[in-house]
Amino acid sequence: MTEDTIICRCEDVTYGQVVEAIEQGFTTTEEMKRMLRCGMGACQGRTCGRLIAQIIAAKTGTSLSQVPLPTSRPPAAPTELAILAGTPHEETS
Amino acid sequence: MAEIRLTEHPILQFKRGRKISFTFNGKKLDGHEGETVAAALHAAGVTTYRRSPQLHRPRGFFCAIGKCSSCLMTVDGVPNVRICITPLREGMKVCSPKGKGQLPEDDPATIWTWPGQYVDKILETEVAIIGAGPAGLSAAVETTRMGAETVVFDENDGIGGQLIKQTHMFFGSKEQHAKVRGIDIVPLLLEQIDDSRAQIMLEATAIGLYADKTLGVVRRQELFGLRAQKIIMASGASENMLAFEHCDLPGVYGAGAVQTLMNVYGLIPGRRVLMVGAGNIGLIVSYQLLQAGVEVVEVIEAAPYIGGYHVHAAKIRRAGVPIHTCHTITKASGQEKVEGAVVAQVDSHWQPIPNTQRELAVDVICLAVGLSPTAELLFQAGCQSCYIPELGGHVAVHDENLETTVKGIYVAGDASGIEEASTAMLEGRLAGLCAAESLGKKAISERKEEILSQLKELRTGPFGEKARKGKEMMRQEACRYGL
Repeated sequence: MTEDTIICRCEDVTYGQVVEAIEQGFTTTEEMKRMLRCGMGACQGRTCGRLIAQIIAAKTGTSLSQVPLPTSRPPAAPTELAILAGTPHEETS
Repeated sequence: MAEIRLTEHPILQFKRGRKISFTFNGKKLDGHEGETVAAALHAAGVTTYRRSPQLHRPRGFFCAIGKCSSCLMTVDGVPNVRICITPLREGMKVCSPKGKGQLPEDDPATIWTWPGQYVDKILETEVAIIGAGPAGLSAAVETTRMGAETVVFDENDGIGGQLIKQTHMFFGSKEQHAKVRGIDIVPLLLEQIDDSRAQIMLEATAIGLYADKTLGVVRRQELFGLRAQKIIMASGASENMLAFEHCDLPGVYGAGAVQTLMNVYGLIPGRRVLMVGAGNIGLIVSYQLLQAGVEVVEVIEAAPYIGGYHVHAAKIRRAGVPIHTCHTITKASGQEKVEGAVVAQVDSHWQPIPNTQRELAVDVICLAVGLSPTAELLFQAGCQSCYIPELGGHVAVHDENLETTVKGIYVAGDASGIEEASTAMLEGRLAGLCAAESLGKKAISERKEEILSQLKELRTGPFGEKARKGKEMMRQEACRYGL
């Protein structure tokens, strides 16, 4: 693994960026998500979540069980805004 | 050189639908009805779909089961479509997005034909089951048999979940479908579901779950709510990623993706494969690759031992595939897609040992490094989670009836902790039975004991040890939460 190794492919976050964030004191997955957007992309952290937790655990000398998951919110899968917005109610004229 | 599309296979027969055309970035390509867009692109030799949003790195699919979102494309003007689970349709326009995708242009054919109608009303049912794989279908067998009105939904366009790619014969006893191939179990399960009580909705994605047991579901461009008295989460698992240099290159595929290509669509993933992971999945998929006529260059495993059944390991060794334990992958090479891999020995701290690197010429790197339960909808609903490595990481705390800390929400199969399809089917039955029973439906006496004893039996013995230990830890967690 190098500095440039991609950890979060949705948001193009590298190993170097994750390590730098940890060095700055962001040592939870929740903070990492807000700082670097990893876990906020289309896959909602399904691909990078475990890797980020592993890096945090390794760099802070804790075990994976001590690295909680970030909060999960809807939508859990990519959804078109138009679908969420729905059809405007038919105007009654 | 063998064609990408398989025509002969020792076990499977591929009945392809009629030929249809579509375009990829304006170029006309052919695919078959019944294929996903990703499968058709793969068959046409397209492995790199787009560039990543910031660093402009090549991207293709990774998991091919709708979980990783690596395959997002613009389809008929709609950005960020997961093409690995989107059925191919005649005349589809598939384009590489720029950046994270653009809002559709002001084209009356796209955005301003608003999708369906917004459903203010919320549908109601007694039981909602998320996932029509082995656990979900088994749950529906029990709930419908006991007379509970049941809705099963799945985001794929067919039922069976991962069973539809399992060409190997199952272990266990007759009740557990021993000596039956996974692919042949799906119709057996479907047969047992009481149609008069069940509704199966396909291409329906659950995007949210709320504590009052209302689900937000998107189905074919339409959003609706589904309020259920009991929820059974049978959402399966997602493939674990491994971090190494250029691990995001197209050609680095999850083992499930390779199985999907080969066993569902009859497409070879590549010509020369490096298998990473010698657990059961790594070994079985290696064997399936050999059956499809693909060369497996070697199998590497970071642990000092082979994790899977030795009968599977022996089969692929006999075919001349070396299995190297204490080895890891350190790099994928190639510009647009995988052209090679660097492997190295690891020390007792899993660190690569200098000067042990070897370069391999491969075009596919298949990752079989474990699965993680797909449980985020449960956590959205407020179900408590705990970390149990033996069950694959973060799992929803559940009692022996598979009920979570939110009353009326159950979890079964890989979503409750990673095991395999036989236990998933039994867990599905258990969750279905308990959910229906708590609705006041009458259970067939001794049925529950029978399921529990079969589960115990499957988890007995050296290969059930991990799950047994994991479920034991789960019992302790459940006690902590007063379950």
